[in-house]
Amino acid sequence: MLNQFVTPDLLPAAPEIFLLIMACLIMFADLVIGQVQRWILPALTVVTLAGCAVITYITMDGQVVLTFSNMFVDDLLADFLKLMLYVSVIAVVIYGRSYLVARNLDKAEYYLLVLFATLGMMVMISAAHFLTLYLGLELMSLSLYALVAIDRDSSRATEAAMKYFVLGALASGLLLYGMSMVYGATGTLEIGGIAQAIFHGDANKTILVFGLVFIVAGIAFKLGAVPFHMWVPDVYDGAPTAITLFIASAPKLAGFAMAMRLLVYGLFELADQWQLMLMMLAVLSIAVGNLAAIAQTSLKRMLAYSGISHMGFMLLALMSGIVGSQVDPFGTLNAYSSALYYVVAYVLMSLGSFGMILLLSRAGHEAENIEDFKGLNKRSPWFAVVMMMLMFSMAGVPFFVGFFAKFSVLLAAVKAGYVGVAVFAVMFSLVGAYYYLRVVKLMYFDAPTDNAPIVAPLDMRVLLSLNGLAIALFGVFPDSIMMLCTTAMMRSL
Amino acid sequence: MSSHLLSLAIWVPIVGALFVFAVGAERRRAARWLSLAVAIAGFLVTLPIVAHFDPAAAGFQFIELAPWIQRFNVQYYLGVDGISVLFIALNSFITVLVVLAGWQVIEDKTSQYMGAFLVMSGLMNGIFSSLDAMLFYVFFEASLIPMYVIIGVWGGPNRVYAAFKFFLYTLLGSLLMLISLIWLFLEAGGTFNLVDWYNLKISLAPQILLFLAFLVAFAVKVPMWPVHTWLPDAHVEAPTGGSVVLAAIMLKLGAYGFLRFSLPIAPDASHELAPLMIGLSLIAVIYIGFVALVQSDMKKLIAYSSIAHMGFVTLGFFIFNQIGMEGALVQMISHGFVSAAMFLCVGVMYDRMHSRQIADYGGVVNTMPKFAALFLFFAMANCGLPATSGFVGEFMVVLGAIKANFWIGFAAATTLILGAAYTLWMYKRVAFGAVANKHVGELTDINAREFVVLGLLAVSVLAMGLYPFPFTDIMHASVDNLLKHVAVSKL
Repeated sequence: MLNQFVTPDLLPAAPEIFLLIMACLIMFADLVIGQVQRWILPALTVVTLAGCAVITYITMDGQVVLTFSNMFVDDLLADFLKLMLYVSVIAVVIYGRSYLVARNLDKAEYYLLVLFATLGMMVMISAAHFLTLYLGLELMSLSLYALVAIDRDSSRATEAAMKYFVLGALASGLLLYGMSMVYGATGTLEIGGIAQAIFHGDANKTILVFGLVFIVAGIAFKLGAVPFHMWVPDVYDGAPTAITLFIASAPKLAGFAMAMRLLVYGLFELADQWQLMLMMLAVLSIAVGNLAAIAQTSLKRMLAYSGISHMGFMLLALMSGIVGSQVDPFGTLNAYSSALYYVVAYVLMSLGSFGMILLLSRAGHEAENIEDFKGLNKRSPWFAVVMMMLMFSMAGVPFFVGFFAKFSVLLAAVKAGYVGVAVFAVMFSLVGAYYYLRVVKLMYFDAPTDNAPIVAPLDMRVLLSLNGLAIALFGVFPDSIMMLCTTAMMRSL
Repeated sequence: MSSHLLSLAIWVPIVGALFVFAVGAERRRAARWLSLAVAIAGFLVTLPIVAHFDPAAAGFQFIELAPWIQRFNVQYYLGVDGISVLFIALNSFITVLVVLAGWQVIEDKTSQYMGAFLVMSGLMNGIFSSLDAMLFYVFFEASLIPMYVIIGVWGGPNRVYAAFKFFLYTLLGSLLMLISLIWLFLEAGGTFNLVDWYNLKISLAPQILLFLAFLVAFAVKVPMWPVHTWLPDAHVEAPTGGSVVLAAIMLKLGAYGFLRFSLPIAPDASHELAPLMIGLSLIAVIYIGFVALVQSDMKKLIAYSSIAHMGFVTLGFFIFNQIGMEGALVQMISHGFVSAAMFLCVGVMYDRMHSRQIADYGGVVNTMPKFAALFLFFAMANCGLPATSGFVGEFMVVLGAIKANFWIGFAAATTLILGAAYTLWMYKRVAFGAVANKHVGELTDINAREFVVLGLLAVSVLAMGLYPFPFTDIMHASVDNLLKHVAVSKL
């Protein structure tokens, strides 16, 4: 057996390998550098991610390449998602730095855990096998649990980490159980092989559907869709804001990839079943997320609930891919690329909103309540505009990127014949508009209660401004990203 | 004909507004002069559009076509016909007046105030010139943002409530419209082009659903009874400029939407549901007229009078004859001038007395004779005195209504009595009699700036009243075309 071993093609996994090497180097660098040169760590982290981006970009060829005995796939969808992932993690590192420094949390562990979580997400994105997917998922999740508890003296953060860990472990268990069912029915763990086996009809449908339920539950947990959303507000609220920023952005990309790989690539033939489940998740998420967000006084909790409703919208597109027995290629492509576009738009908005909380926070003061935004227009007209754009974008008002994301999702849903669900979704986004407007109201209509000057490093100010401008720019010219999403999806399906 | 005049009319104010924002809240003088320059420039670019508009052609003119979102085949498709061209000019004209009206009054965040109105002006021009449904929708909804901020920041004591009510009410309507637009996009085989939609065959049941969805969107904007309740709140709390733009332009968007969407896309449903529309319009005219009569707040009174006047407009649309529809359009333009003038008049008094209650006034004519004369003129125009623009539209709509059905015309004509009653009674209580209190006694008459603003409006109202022919002439071919189109069933 041993002499049959062939060296796998390493090139498709080059970004992952590079990131792993760099993470190890950073671990050593931490031992060498003194207290004075702390800036080296974030700089190295950003360089690492930028290096990954370069590698991913250079090796991007639009082909679907499988490697490591069909366990790892490199396609355009993976490349696109990874590039978005690097961008968002770079933003996370830059936004979070001054916050962490002020609280003495900017240890090497933070950067390492962020990088390892990123590696986990990259593996998830490229998974072509249940095991790879699970390995990536656990690497990401375990790093995130540790990150939430990084401020070990904070009982709130520890509680949040505990909650996250216990519920996350439960979800992982559900997912594994579902995967084992599917394995039992099809006899393979390869995602492509599973699709083949079901297509040829040599799999027990009952066991498959039974497993599917658990898999969908696992995905819903990771995305934070109702009724598997209980951890979201508590973890978002309890974690240090710089960590919340991370949890609320990049993992959504990985979660989307997981849903795509498992449901669309693996269990395509069962679409009738899982689309129905996703519909329930979507409808509940949109309703509960928007209604619960109204009652929040903490901005972090409000954004948590709003994130739940956004994931509901994303699922709305994901459930609209296949109509009836015959597959309409345009409709399918349209639905999945809308979902991808929605996730990308959401990550952009989420980064910006949590970035704003970090901007207003300073040593000894957490700007995590909605009230902290009072009179921002007086304190900093420019950042008030950035926040206003973010809020209107989340509410789905043009000309901002969030509107076009909602629009393309609704179009996919109406095309699939779910007009009623679409009407339901827009009615709840009307409810949603209320709490986004409330933030704008506090910033513009009220006088400031806190007149402290806004101090933030230049790199953060610049990046946050660019983030805000991107929201507007991709709203006025939405075509570029939409086309990228569509191309990525088309070449990978 | 390739020209970029419409694009200029949209983007000159918006880009100009960015510069006004950049001036900052501290430099008020610079912000004022720059906004005036931008507003005038915005108005000037609309003049060649009106001047070179060919009234004989029924189709769209000054067309600009470029791909915008190729993924969904959304086009940057602009053009005007006889129905929309006048609104673009009216809007840009009103914007100049709004900048002037807020000149000394707005001391707080002047640059943001002026900039918001300029953005608004550009977005409105976008709404009136979009021939792509998605482009229309995007402008339509984006215009909520500046108005929300204007009411909320510079409004009266209850401004927060009014701003939320305004935003959520109008958003409710437009979201249903969004679903309809998406449905039509798919039905039309993947295009948002309005001109293509006009020729789309749709069976009756979906037509009625579409019509109702559009009705919610546009009825809220008009506003029609019973979804009008946001308007008095928004008007009362908005700063003077906000009330002017709301009444003069924003209310017209809903009525315009009926002409651009409901009637040509769902003609059979329009005929089917015309009795409902006529009924709602008459309720607006008569019932709201009575409501206006009992108001003690001047702005509220004018707000209700606006609803009644807009009821006249929707009535004119749904009796489906040439004179009624043209009358309704004339009424829209005229109401743009008259309601703007009425709100400015209240604004003039409010700036001095900080009260809008009729009871706080009395004998204003003694201390502000010039103002009282102009105010009387606009009050007369508001109740439809012949030789003012208010008369022309009302007369034409009543004529059209009588042509359709005598009793509809009869009911509509009561507005001439009700309008006179509430407007003139208010005027009497405010202006005539002895000086009511020492505050009225200390009033100073209008200054040159206020005189120019009101004078310009007075000239427009009078000109339109004495010689309305150029206005009806420019819209004649397009209205004719629309009516012919609506008469053909699409089943």
